[in-house]
Amino acid sequence: MSLDSHVPGGPIQEKWDRYRFDLKLVNPANKRKYDIIIVGTGLAGASAAATLAELGYNVKLFCIQDSPRRAHSIAAQGGINAAKNYPNDGDSIWRLFYDTVKGGDFRAREANVYRLAQVSGSIIDQCVAQGVPFARDYSGLLANRSFGGAQVSRTFYARGQTGQQLLLGAYSSLMRQVGTGKVKLYPRHEMLDLALVNGVARGIVTRDLLTGAIEAHVAGAVVLATGGYSRIFYLSTNAVACNVTAAWRAHRRGALFANPCYTQIHPTCIPVHGTRQSKLTLMSESLRNDGRVWVPKNPGDKRPPRSIPEEERDYYLERKYPSFGNLVPRDVASRAAKQICDAGRGVGETGLAVYLDFADSIKRDGIGKMREEYGNLFDMYQLITAEDPTQVPMRIYPAPHYTMGGLWVDYNLMSNIPGLFVIGEANFSDHGANRLGASALMQGLADGYFILPYTIGGYLASSSLPRVGVADEPVAGLVKENSERLTRLLSIKGKRTLDDLHREMGLLLWNKCGMSRNAQGLTEAKKRIPELRQEFWENAIVSGTDRDLNQMLEYAGRVADFLEFGELLVEDALTRAESCGGHFREESQTPDNEAMRDDANFCHVAAWEFTGVGRPPVLHKEPLTFEHVKPAQRSYK
Amino acid sequence: MSRRSMNLTLRVWRQKGPKVRGAFVSYQAKDISPDQSFLEMLDTVNQDLLLKGEEPIHFDNDCREGICGACSMVINGQAHGPLKGTTTCQLHMRHFNDGDTVVIEPWRAKAFPVVKDLIVDRQSLDRIITSGGFVSVDVGGAPDANAVLVPKEDAEEAMDAAACIGCGACAASCKNASAMLFVSAKVSQLALLPQGHPERQRRVTEMIQVMQDAGFGNCTNESECEAACPKSISVSHIARMNREFLLSTLTRRR
Repeated sequence: MSLDSHVPGGPIQEKWDRYRFDLKLVNPANKRKYDIIIVGTGLAGASAAATLAELGYNVKLFCIQDSPRRAHSIAAQGGINAAKNYPNDGDSIWRLFYDTVKGGDFRAREANVYRLAQVSGSIIDQCVAQGVPFARDYSGLLANRSFGGAQVSRTFYARGQTGQQLLLGAYSSLMRQVGTGKVKLYPRHEMLDLALVNGVARGIVTRDLLTGAIEAHVAGAVVLATGGYSRIFYLSTNAVACNVTAAWRAHRRGALFANPCYTQIHPTCIPVHGTRQSKLTLMSESLRNDGRVWVPKNPGDKRPPRSIPEEERDYYLERKYPSFGNLVPRDVASRAAKQICDAGRGVGETGLAVYLDFADSIKRDGIGKMREEYGNLFDMYQLITAEDPTQVPMRIYPAPHYTMGGLWVDYNLMSNIPGLFVIGEANFSDHGANRLGASALMQGLADGYFILPYTIGGYLASSSLPRVGVADEPVAGLVKENSERLTRLLSIKGKRTLDDLHREMGLLLWNKCGMSRNAQGLTEAKKRIPELRQEFWENAIVSGTDRDLNQMLEYAGRVADFLEFGELLVEDALTRAESCGGHFREESQTPDNEAMRDDANFCHVAAWEFTGVGRPPVLHKEPLTFEHVKPAQRSYK
Repeated sequence: MSRRSMNLTLRVWRQKGPKVRGAFVSYQAKDISPDQSFLEMLDTVNQDLLLKGEEPIHFDNDCREGICGACSMVINGQAHGPLKGTTTCQLHMRHFNDGDTVVIEPWRAKAFPVVKDLIVDRQSLDRIITSGGFVSVDVGGAPDANAVLVPKEDAEEAMDAAACIGCGACAASCKNASAMLFVSAKVSQLALLPQGHPERQRRVTEMIQVMQDAGFGNCTNESECEAACPKSISVSHIARMNREFLLSTLTRRR
């Protein structure tokens, strides 16, 4: 199999413009003849659905939630980057491009990242026009702030609810198209399979979560916008229904899965407190703009934080990284917290936490200003911990948050399966091995509003697609096959709850394939996951029937897929014997414990091909070349 | 933080499907930590039920951080429970006492039919947005984001309204099952921003029409909605919507 990224030629600044000109266009009157299936209604899916419908295509849109507005993009807090340079502080498309390639530790495709930076400004224009209430200054102009890993203020925000406001903007555009009839919405529907006809993606198999009905849907192209797989760790900041099922089902049908080991562990989350916790809560890293991270200098110092004098505190990020200080990128901040806690200097009951202190900012700017910026985050923290962060420092610890890995796509955002497009967090994306703060919202909306609508048109205009019906083979056969899988799941009459099995796998991955990884631990995990998978199929409790709303059956299918996918994640982490971004291999570090890349051997995208459950996957490599941002050891000192 | 665990008695609404009669069923929630969230307490009860071979309690939930609007239950007669400005998922068990009896029901409103146990159908809210809760701007035609100035105060007030998570607690807590707070939050947000002005008259009339058609009641100024709203959205937005509606009725060009 050859992996062609289809990156167009020419100077990087002109690639996208030239390429858009070269793409074939679908005649306006012909667009209504095409159906497009989109799965997922987060920022990427909702924006793509609205835009394609505006252009005249017929969209069939599926989501597992009861409403498209509930997709997990809603929970993103901090902001969205755009190279507008409104604050006149030296930002440019080139700088956003440079920061993103460097922040991703030189494991992203340059041409894609440049395009992302290019369209970033238009996203803000579009969102403002939709009525997104971004923060503003007294002038009436838009406000900006700096955000983890950037030295310019390029982040637009709506209090601590930027994801919510951007998603509701996309959702409103989407619902307008539902009103026109151009989008047909299927809420509470889960994609179970991808339908290929002669090797081309032509449809999906879904389950109506209310009635249990399994149906096939066909179209000219299929777009997956189904998010990331952080929930494989069980405890993560992701919503509890986030899953890998749609992507994994497509992978099983031949779509390559790229860089699954690139997972982002977010540095500022509320620490784990008990054994029955169902999820972790993120505290936006915008807090690092005004909060100072510290731990006591002496291990085992159990005094309350306010009683520890200034000279006995270690502001370790400011000490280790004087130029970036508390704003170092996420992977660096997370690893530093882990190292400090592993050295016995963590705080709180478990010792797995560091302080994030606002005392100095409150003294400098006043409590009113701090509440205006972070009020909802302070309240959320207090609800969960019963502590007021304006009085005592927050306690934070890293938690799984975002996954840079995903289905492999080319410059068109199309997978190696013709007709299968993957957008947003679900693709292996533009973030390389580490995503910078406020870049996820940018990428999701760039894909949906400004990139996919062009490239999918080019695909449809240049493909001849024979008519396919839901009753035709092989589509019809897939309905039966998926129905049998559910029967098999329901026939397991075991003794362990799904939650219990999921937790065990999550903890295993967190310990062996989390913030820090080594060959021995990964080898142990690789051996343990198939055992757990076997136990699942023999000993899980899957209650109820497949004829109505059954949350346990839904969960069982997702856990089953995580148990297959987990093995691939570990395999990729084991094979990539270098450190880069969020993937830290202990065997590959600099003398001062920073991630050390191995460009000679690993400057490539690792795209894996499925060969069967429990069978070794086949690795395909897409070499990465850097013409504009020369790979160097990342330094934030 | 207290570490004392507690035992509670739950009386939970169980209903197998939309057309089946429901009833309250009692369960014991044992050894609950005060640091567990209300939903994590239900998770614990469900684990016990599964191990006993019984059907777990079904309830909508997703983000578990108070922003997706999925969780929706009436706890001891109050939508989202006793704590002000909080969704069920962010309500922690430290607000309950050992030995308490807790009654848990689904949203009760004609426009929110029960689907199963504590899960209701809230598509009526989506239909209201479909009727006008948007600015009709296609991708590609937007002017530069800073081309139109918006006074900071207006942007802030629009954001107060836009914080609505679409959970439906307003309607569930209203004796008339009115969704006026939900509708007014969107009407108000877009009326406050210049981008929403061209369509403001059409928007408010269409959205109110669809709200009424969906079976939601009218507002009689009890302010229960504001008290129950997990985002503490003010009833002043209802006042603004009424003004918009009146103005639209008097002056709308048809």
